Amino acid sequence: MRLLVCVKRVPAPGAKITLTPDGSEVDTTHLGFTVSPHEECAVEEAVRLVAAHGGSSTVLTLGPLAAEDQLRNAIAMGIDHGTLLPMEGPEWDARAVAGAIVDAVRVLEEDDGRFDLMLFGNESADAGNHQVAVRVAHALGRPVVDGVKGIEVTDGEVALRRAVADGHTVHHLPLPAVAAVKEGLNLPRYPAMRGRLMAKKATIRHVEPRHREGGLRRLRLRAPEQQRTETTVLGTGAAAAPAVADILEEVGLL
Amino acid sequence: MSTVLVLVEHTDGELARTSRETLTLARNLTEPVEGHLEVAAVGTWSDELRKEAAAFGVTAVHTLEHELLDADAPPAAVAEAVRQLMGVVTPSVVLGAASERGTPSFAHLAARTDLPLAANCTAVETVDDGWELTRLRWGGVLYEDAHLDAEVALLTVAPHQIAAVPATMPGPAELEPFTPELDEALTVARPVAREALSGGISLATAPVVLAGGRGMGSAEAFAVLEELASLLGGAVGCSRVATNAGWRSHNDQVGQTGTRVAPDLYLACGISGATQHWVGCMNAKRIVAVNTDAEAPMVTRAHEAVLGDLHEFLPALLEEVRSRKGG
Ligand SMILES: Cc1cc2nc3c(=O)[nH]c(=O)nc-3n(C[C@H](O)[C@H](O)[C@H](O)COP(=O)(O)OP(=O)(O)OC[C@H]3O[C@@H](n4cnc5c(N)ncnc54)[C@H](O)[C@@H]3O)c2cc1C
Ligand SMILES: Nc1ncnc2c1ncn2[C@@H]1O[C@H](COP(=O)(O)O)[C@@H](O)[C@H]1O
Repeated sequence: MRLLVCVKRVPAPGAKITLTPDGSEVDTTHLGFTVSPHEECAVEEAVRLVAAHGGSSTVLTLGPLAAEDQLRNAIAMGIDHGTLLPMEGPEWDARAVAGAIVDAVRVLEEDDGRFDLMLFGNESADAGNHQVAVRVAHALGRPVVDGVKGIEVTDGEVALRRAVADGHTVHHLPLPAVAAVKEGLNLPRYPAMRGRLMAKKATIRHVEPRHREGGLRRLRLRAPEQQRTETTVLGTGAAAAPAVADILEEVGLL
Repeated sequence: MSTVLVLVEHTDGELARTSRETLTLARNLTEPVEGHLEVAAVGTWSDELRKEAAAFGVTAVHTLEHELLDADAPPAAVAEAVRQLMGVVTPSVVLGAASERGTPSFAHLAARTDLPLAANCTAVETVDDGWELTRLRWGGVLYEDAHLDAEVALLTVAPHQIAAVPATMPGPAELEPFTPELDEALTVARPVAREALSGGISLATAPVVLAGGRGMGSAEAFAVLEELASLLGGAVGCSRVATNAGWRSHNDQVGQTGTRVAPDLYLACGISGATQHWVGCMNAKRIVAVNTDAEAPMVTRAHEAVLGDLHEFLPALLEEVRSRKGG
């Protein structure tokens, strides 16, 4: 079977997000880059599905040239091919991103055949638009389920487990289909040395995206007011146990 | 006169809290211009429900009536019904809660109407050339102010960011049933089965969460937290480092890509407090951090802190809790 995984390059902030002076972007001077944990699980799942059912997998991203790093990471984990839709400048909105992905999928499918299953993250780590997967699925006329935490492929069909507040619902979709997945779907592997070396040399295909006005335009970013709490130090090590037990009593747990 | 349409959810004859919050935000758009505040909903409406909607200033209730629109209706079917209703009501804004059902329904509505959609909004106002809004990014640690240019504005509202307040002037909340034309094909993603969570206290609603991170050092170290949890009637939580190391199941992960918790007490052991973890626990009423590093963000943001090695502190706490329980 043929699989496509879509990932997005995002900064990996630590304990505090610093903004550029004009507030238009996250200041990434001292930050590394990554993809959402949801998307890491999508990559892992694609590698496992190809191992189990044969076929090939492709990872795709719309982003700056540096986003090739994220594609190569996925290849190091076992994905076969990488496609970059290169763009520079401010982030595109979800409608524009979905449009560009749809165009690219048409190009890739024209050349190498249909993707039986397309995997997305449930939401991107930074923008959290919760919609690119559904827009792409709709434009291509394919069924989609979001919040997916379990995937099983059988003959011409995929069974998806969707996480809901009180458990799971199970959905059966005919292929080709689309799933927006959540972390917890699997435990992503750590790429082995051999994979890393291969990924370094892999050729990344570039498909030029066409930008269309999305309609949602960022004005600025803001960090919410931090309510400064004075931290009371209760003590050190074992000696602090009675003080914490007092708190448990105070809030009615003991 | 402009019409604002809100997709609401209800269970057991009550509007969902997130729907009441959404109605409150929606009124900001209708009140200055005396517009219509209309709602769309799946399911039958009792008198109680109508009264509740009226209290929130609702002028009309469009019950979406179709055999395919039941509790298991896939989001595509709900979205298609709302899309058809939009043709009749001609709203300028359509909004709903960014809830488990609302979020995918609006993604489908955006796809079907090819309109832009702003997800997880906390504020919105009409401006000359569209709308200006504020939405959450990075799971809620950052706000984005954005401009929306669209024929109709589609928005989802972030849960629990605005207090639900009834209107000063109640609305008539007149029932206006609407029957969409829905194709069988829309039911392709309908669930074929449900699996309930296996019992126990759920992380999301536990009154106390005992969480461990990298500082725990091993899967075995969590045994102390397990025992404390069962003594206190709470749940064990963890950071992503603990799940990635295979020490805990992802079901226990607190944070942006895990579970959001809001317990009376959150005990964070050996967790540094990265933003992606913080968004998951910041709504706890009280946070106690246990950490060797007095400068760790979890420590500086906590109400109380225990400094030092958790491996010395936790067994002592367990002893203390046991003896107070026994005594
Ligand atoms: C898009 C995205 C989403 C993410 N989602 C999540 C999420 O949902 N949840 C999540 O948790 N993380 C998430 N992360 C990961 C997050 O950025 C951090 O990497 C993670 O939270 C760190 O876990 P930690 O605090 O256990 O480890 P560390 O940051 O390594 O901190 C360990 C802490 O333990 C203390 N310590 C060490 N030994 C001891 C000891 N013996 N006694 C007491 N204290 C000790 C140290 O001082 C330190 O403060 C996400 C990251 C990204 C990029
Ligand atoms: N720039 C991008 N390039 C490739 N895939 C993307 C991009 N942005 C979003 N996606 C995919 O769409 C999912 C949902 O994103 P969003 O709708 O922004 O929350 C992400 O988890 C990715 O799988």
